[in-house]
Amino acid sequence: MKSSMTTKPGGTLEAGLPRPMHRRNFLRYAGVSVLGTGLLAAACTKDDPNPLTYGETVNLGSGDIGILNYAYALEQLEAAFYIQVIQTQYSGITAAETALLTDIRDHEVAHREFFKAALGISAIGGLTPDFSKINFSSRESVLATAKTFEDLGVSAYNGAGRYLTSADYLTIAGKIVSVEARHAAYIRNLISNGSFANSEVVDANGLDVVRTPTEVIILAQPFVRNTIDATNLPIA
Amino acid sequence: MNVLHLLTEIEKHDPEVYGRLDSRRTAMRQFAGIGKKLAAAAVPVAFGSMFRKAYGQTTLTVLEVLNYALTLEYLEAEFYTTALAKSGLIPAGASVSAIQTISTHETQHVAFLRTAITAAGGMPVAKPTFDFSGGSGSGTGPFKDAFNSYQLFLAVAQTLEDTGVRAYKGQAPNLLGKGDVLTAALNIHSVEARHASHVRQMNRAAGFAPTVKPWITGDDPGLGTNNALVAANYAGEGTVSQATINITNIGGQMISSGAASESFDEPLSRDQVLVIIKPFIKA
Repeated sequence: MKSSMTTKPGGTLEAGLPRPMHRRNFLRYAGVSVLGTGLLAAACTKDDPNPLTYGETVNLGSGDIGILNYAYALEQLEAAFYIQVIQTQYSGITAAETALLTDIRDHEVAHREFFKAALGISAIGGLTPDFSKINFSSRESVLATAKTFEDLGVSAYNGAGRYLTSADYLTIAGKIVSVEARHAAYIRNLISNGSFANSEVVDANGLDVVRTPTEVIILAQPFVRNTIDATNLPIA
Repeated sequence: MNVLHLLTEIEKHDPEVYGRLDSRRTAMRQFAGIGKKLAAAAVPVAFGSMFRKAYGQTTLTVLEVLNYALTLEYLEAEFYTTALAKSGLIPAGASVSAIQTISTHETQHVAFLRTAITAAGGMPVAKPTFDFSGGSGSGTGPFKDAFNSYQLFLAVAQTLEDTGVRAYKGQAPNLLGKGDVLTAALNIHSVEARHASHVRQMNRAAGFAPTVKPWITGDDPGLGTNNALVAANYAGEGTVSQATINITNIGGQMISSGAASESFDEPLSRDQVLVIIKPFIKA
């Protein structure tokens, strides 16, 4: 990357640029976004981060990088879950369900791979999921877990947005969270038609659920063999 | 700062930059003019404003964002209350129940935003007079049967929800670092996405759009014969590149271009949205 450009740890390049050029699109087209830097940095190192060993503690890091790793961790879990759902389909699955759950699998894999590429050498390793409590042959068990993951993902992105300092990252998070919300509404309707935005997830002001990283990690931890350490995130 | 050199660099990454800026010759002429007329210190400002125009980005204050959002919520809320008041339009049972749920949320969003604007020391904008036919007040626009035809009603509903998602998303950068206001906007944004997903499922279940999915594939509205009427609302949704990273087959995974476009929803600027909703507001 440009040697004249420097990036604060967890910060952005924008501070070093003249104010009118802070535009997201300008950065993108000029090819100097932090995300772009991460991608190029990744190309200079090993192809794949070392998969984490069973039980190893994973520190997500701090600043914007920490938030992106937090999202990366959740996307890893979601992707692994839907890969398994499609590999071992529950009994009674319909053709339409197979098609749309396969779509969701692809979306989550795309999100996972995006964060891996964008984070480059700052990315955490591959988490080891723990899906031992899920009965993948049961529609009820699979959809209940899918609902948990999707609603959790929406609340996690909604809660993390305020801690990002880069408009680029915030826009990316916004592009992903609405797709997670589309998934959540679909999964909820599969369980009970009409529950796409019921009072479990939308309050009396018409607002969706928001969770802090700490709250999210507590709910996600049972699905991961590694210990996720979010204590260095902008808020714990 | 060497503006012309910068432009050449941008061209390497975005071959369409001159298309966005009008034309290469015009752009160069404008830059040359800027260089002559303005002091060096003012050049970046003029340059930034050209790019804001080219890429449809404008910086808004928090109150401007909230009042813009309020206008969109007024539109959605009145659309659904009008539809629910029209007997026989929406089939009884699950359909009317779902639209009732959505309508309640939109009305709640109006109340929430009005309160938030007042609390922030601003004045909530007045509700415009709407023309849901899309006829700028004539009542004879392309959607004039939206409250007589369930199919057209659902087509408009889907488009309004998908556009609402894009509109909120486009404002997130203007609320960067604004704490509770940003969180609230994100919380409305994901509720609109839940609505959009559900209305798409209703369109599919009703047989109006038998292949439409809860998510947006490419820049296809997914409304069959009504596609042409709402094409602008979906323009740009088909992108498969995010922050210079190509999502199709990313990381050696089998990700089709359709899935790549579905996995990221795209924003719209306020200027783009205002053009889209203009026909729905009585002049």
